[in-house]
Amino acid sequence: MSADEAPLLALERVAVSYGGIQAVKGIDVVVRKGELVCLIGANGAGKTTTLKGICGLLPLKSGHVRYDGRDVTGMRSFRLVRRGLVMVPEGRGMFGALTIEENLAMGAYIRDDRAAIRDDVERVFTLFPRLKERRRQTAGTLSGGEQQMLAMGRALMSRPRLLLLDEPSMGLAPLMVHKVFETIIAVSGEGVTILLIEQNAKLALEVSHRGYVMESGEITLDGEAAALLHNPKVRSAYLGEAL
Amino acid sequence: MDTFIQQLVNGVTLGSVYAIVALGYTMVYGIIQLINFAHGDVVMIGAMVAYSVIAVLVGAHVSLPPLAIVVIATLFAIPVCMAVGYALERVAYRPLRNAPRLAPLITAIGLSIVLENIALIIWGRAPLPYPQIIETVTYRLTSHPDGATITNVQVAIIGISIVMMAGLLVLIYRTKIGVAMRATAQNAQVAGLMGIDVNRVISITFIIGSGLAAVAGVMDGSYYGVAHYQMGFILGLKAFTAAVLGGIGNLGGAMLGGLLLGVIESLGAGYVGEFTNLCHLSGWSHALALRCVSDPHLALFGSNYQDVFAFVVLILVLVFRPSGLLGERVSDRA
Ligand SMILES: Nc1ncnc2c1ncn2[C@@H]1O[C@H](COP(=O)(O)OP(=O)(O)O)[C@@H](O)[C@H]1O
Ligand SMILES: [Mg+2]
Repeated sequence: MSADEAPLLALERVAVSYGGIQAVKGIDVVVRKGELVCLIGANGAGKTTTLKGICGLLPLKSGHVRYDGRDVTGMRSFRLVRRGLVMVPEGRGMFGALTIEENLAMGAYIRDDRAAIRDDVERVFTLFPRLKERRRQTAGTLSGGEQQMLAMGRALMSRPRLLLLDEPSMGLAPLMVHKVFETIIAVSGEGVTILLIEQNAKLALEVSHRGYVMESGEITLDGEAAALLHNPKVRSAYLGEAL
Repeated sequence: MDTFIQQLVNGVTLGSVYAIVALGYTMVYGIIQLINFAHGDVVMIGAMVAYSVIAVLVGAHVSLPPLAIVVIATLFAIPVCMAVGYALERVAYRPLRNAPRLAPLITAIGLSIVLENIALIIWGRAPLPYPQIIETVTYRLTSHPDGATITNVQVAIIGISIVMMAGLLVLIYRTKIGVAMRATAQNAQVAGLMGIDVNRVISITFIIGSGLAAVAGVMDGSYYGVAHYQMGFILGLKAFTAAVLGGIGNLGGAMLGGLLLGVIESLGAGYVGEFTNLCHLSGWSHALALRCVSDPHLALFGSNYQDVFAFVVLILVLVFRPSGLLGERVSDRA
């Protein structure tokens, strides 16, 4: 990864607040093309709020979001998707009453190339065979892990350039967590740039190139993931180890 | 028996119109949880525009078959209503998207008054005799000479309604924009994360509902033979009742609710006189018996009470099953 390459995503002093409460307090984050970057931090640190600010789901109080060389601050989410910036929201955001196929079709909403879409559906099914068996069932009938796979498969259907993942392992059984992280590595390996939010700091740092640590709305640490993994502060605060 | 069949035929006809209008209510509710009380007035605008087009074509002695004239009139009314429905959402409801729910509701009632007054200015206060240019043909349904009948207009209303409902279901369940509409109804924010322009989907929903309303307006005008600037009020309330009866937000529910309401109303109107006939009580009162000699149909309530049934149904549903026949309980909504 060459450090001088133009970043695909850059947050510049981004602040987001809920009414008077400032949940994100002017943070700087950079994600370069092809990178897998994680943003870790305790519950309530402001990670989800940051992603929502990037995606246009929450207005920024101040600061800028630059994506692919453009200032996209405040751009509505559906327009960002059309530029390749796609988020898998916390809680997976299933259309529970739609079938698995329909959910995937919605993932490909911005595309018109029917044949290629069909191929991509098959690719998602190869990645997650469980989904293929249940393609005509409604997404609401899936287990949490299957829903997470559908959520990621659905996001891939748009052929994203930058994927924002909000706690993909939340509430999943260990086996499923493993599968989710395998998928993240595979998707990253195909060249998709990823910003990963996780509470499972250890796993997140193990798969990422770089990481940011967020505390009470501020970035308190950042660096190479391997270095963070060995940082005593990180080890004690997030990896559950005594100093 | 023949009264029953006759009222059933009338009820299904009426119910088809209610169902088409109810679909407009339920689609909008399903996607933005708004009860668009101006929807009945969009139906009225459809009836009025078609009225004017027919009047002009007939007045100009155009040599077209009557059916073609009605079709042309309807094809005029549809885009006008679509434009009205689009404008209502764009100008009035969209700015209130995140306002407390009472605000859009009051706005809807205000818009209804606005549309009625626009119609009042354009078409006047008097009921307009809908040009009955299509000759009514009556078909007998039973062998009995005074038996139940169905007219070509009734057949057309029922047939067109079925085609439109089927078309709508295909659109909603088989096309990309239809799936996007359902996705947006479930979770608009996530729909946006799929690249769906939620505002566009909402506009399309209003446009489709208003197009259906235009056709319903022409059907209603043709069936009753009159159009009036306030005709949308009661029709709208009944269609709303139908939507609630079926389960608001549910397409199948709107269809079922519309048909049921039409049938309940017709059967009610057909039998209420008989059930409340005071002459059954002649044995109890000499004075009553005397009056019944001259007026054997002396009844407490007549078929003019038809409109009451819809509202009795509305109250009963709201009290005993607010989620409607096919609706999920509100708490079940994801
Ligand atoms: N809708 C909201 N309204 C008010 N405060 C909120 C809202 N959502 C989150 N918060 C607050 O903002 C802070 C950051 O929340 P969040 O971004 O969800 O944290 P994380 O994703 O890191 O767990 C928390 O203190 C939380 O209580
Ligand atoms: Mg979160």
